[in-house]
Amino acid sequence: MTVTTVNPPRFAKRRRARLPFTVQLALFWLLAMVICALFVDLLRPYPITQMNLSTRLAPPGTPGHWLGTDELGRDVLSRLIQSVRSSLVIAFGATLLSAFFGTLLGFMAAKFRGVVEHVVVMLADFQAALPFLIMSLAVLAFFGSSMLLLVCLMGFYGWERYARITRGLAISASAQGYAAAVVQLGAKPSRVYLRHILPNVASTLIVSMTLTFPEIILMESSLSFLGLGVQPPDTSLGNMVGFGREYLTTAPWIMLSPAVVIVLTTLAISLAGDWLRDRLDPTL
Amino acid sequence: MSPLLEARDLVRIYQTRRGLLGRPSNVRAVDGVSLKVRRGETLGVVGESGSGKSSLGRMLLGIDTAQGGAVYTNGKAMPVFGSPEWRSLRARIQMIYQDPLAALDRRISVAEQLREPLDIHRIGDSESRMARVHEVMLSVGLRLDQADKFPHELSGGQRQRVVIARALMTEPELLVCDEPVSALDVSIQAQVVNLLADLQHDRGLGMVFISHDLKVVRNLCDRVAVMYLGRIVEEGPADTIFSDPQHPYTQALVSSVPQPGRALKSRIILQGEPPNPGNRPPGCAFHPRCHKAEDICRHTVPETRSAGVECRAACHFAGHASLRELA
Repeated sequence: MTVTTVNPPRFAKRRRARLPFTVQLALFWLLAMVICALFVDLLRPYPITQMNLSTRLAPPGTPGHWLGTDELGRDVLSRLIQSVRSSLVIAFGATLLSAFFGTLLGFMAAKFRGVVEHVVVMLADFQAALPFLIMSLAVLAFFGSSMLLLVCLMGFYGWERYARITRGLAISASAQGYAAAVVQLGAKPSRVYLRHILPNVASTLIVSMTLTFPEIILMESSLSFLGLGVQPPDTSLGNMVGFGREYLTTAPWIMLSPAVVIVLTTLAISLAGDWLRDRLDPTL
Repeated sequence: MSPLLEARDLVRIYQTRRGLLGRPSNVRAVDGVSLKVRRGETLGVVGESGSGKSSLGRMLLGIDTAQGGAVYTNGKAMPVFGSPEWRSLRARIQMIYQDPLAALDRRISVAEQLREPLDIHRIGDSESRMARVHEVMLSVGLRLDQADKFPHELSGGQRQRVVIARALMTEPELLVCDEPVSALDVSIQAQVVNLLADLQHDRGLGMVFISHDLKVVRNLCDRVAVMYLGRIVEEGPADTIFSDPQHPYTQALVSSVPQPGRALKSRIILQGEPPNPGNRPPGCAFHPRCHKAEDICRHTVPETRSAGVECRAACHFAGHASLRELA
């Protein structure tokens, strides 16, 4: 080489798109939810079990009880903040758990093919065919309900979707194109899968996660509604909706406030996930 | 000294199945191919689609295992695909792909893609790796400010330069190029071919150049092997092949390259259908399309025979003066 003057590479500034307003709102809401979950003990005005029978079914706006009270005179706002924690822990934990195991199994199926792939696909089919609610009912009825068990059970719910997506994308990626090229460079499978295939399929997985997350919140709600989810006196969003149902006509705020939180959180997750997927793709 | 790359009697069979319950039938995509590549030599492999060129290339790289025969690099047998030995051999044998956009990871910047072979083979520290990236980028004609670009932000020719640069990072001895210019514009083809020729000349690379483009092969290659239905029908020095082809198939191919000052009438137009590897004609596989076929071609598979200096051809009439007069 005869080139002697090497210009320092100019680092082109990538244009940073401003956050869309809806995404700002969504991120703000999610941040608020996480803060709620983290600092429950500081934010909550009353202990969630503190009853005050003289102020039963107080409507929202009552001084001291801004979201009203329930049928036992417990503060709805306090219980709502506590519920956000339980529901978020379950939904985040379960989503991450299912994404992790689903992706792992999908990659294993794509890497080893043959028997491993057959087993993974068979398990996924089995999972899809299983009436999940009935299975969780059985498990919870036998082992009793605990937070850990709930998270694991919910985590089992979504994995098959990730496994299928990951397997399909990894097979098509490794059959041709960039993954084959990296293999040809001498890369180990771990490098090929973690550094190349995973980032390339991440956008699809993130979309799938934003779909599973609300589903898990709703699933937990229905389990709690059936009395097998989070056990009283502890509370979750679904649990509150379930118990507030009886007072729908007389004291709708008991049920409406957790319902609104569920809707807003799932909407915020979808918006933020959509935006994240676009940001992670340098070609967009 | 043993040749850089040697293949002996390579066979690759694909199983195909017609319909849901059809009986599987075997397609011999590559059928007994032997070839040698010496250091600093460029071997062109030409043939039409389906002649087994790419299958041959994958076997030479050890990506597909040969079902018969063996590949030797520097006299040693090719390790099993995916084994640590195979992986470390990648530092010495590299490949250049047909579609550069597909061969590059679109989420990773050019500099990182180029650094990857060094990361994989643990060559140098991070500073010397970056220095090497810049050096190779300049030597393939990329600008340094393109280091932070992503593949989709580059033009086709620049992408192919990135692919070539990545293949050169570990200073390999052998490059296998599978149709490296057929996806590019003609103007860019010339740039890339010149680049390959320069690199080959400067670094003494051995190169296997798989292409259906005879013009390119003629410019670039020292020796040429012509494939038809999975077999090499003629092999020899590029000049001899193009000036005095022996096999009728090669003659037809060579005559199809337009040349200024030559009337188009002298082209040999091949008759019949393109070959189907699943249904190989008996005798000489080329006889249904050959304008010189005689009875012997329909029954007897022609031996590969010497036809001139360093030349061999698989035709019953190769080396006969009468054939040349006919042509």
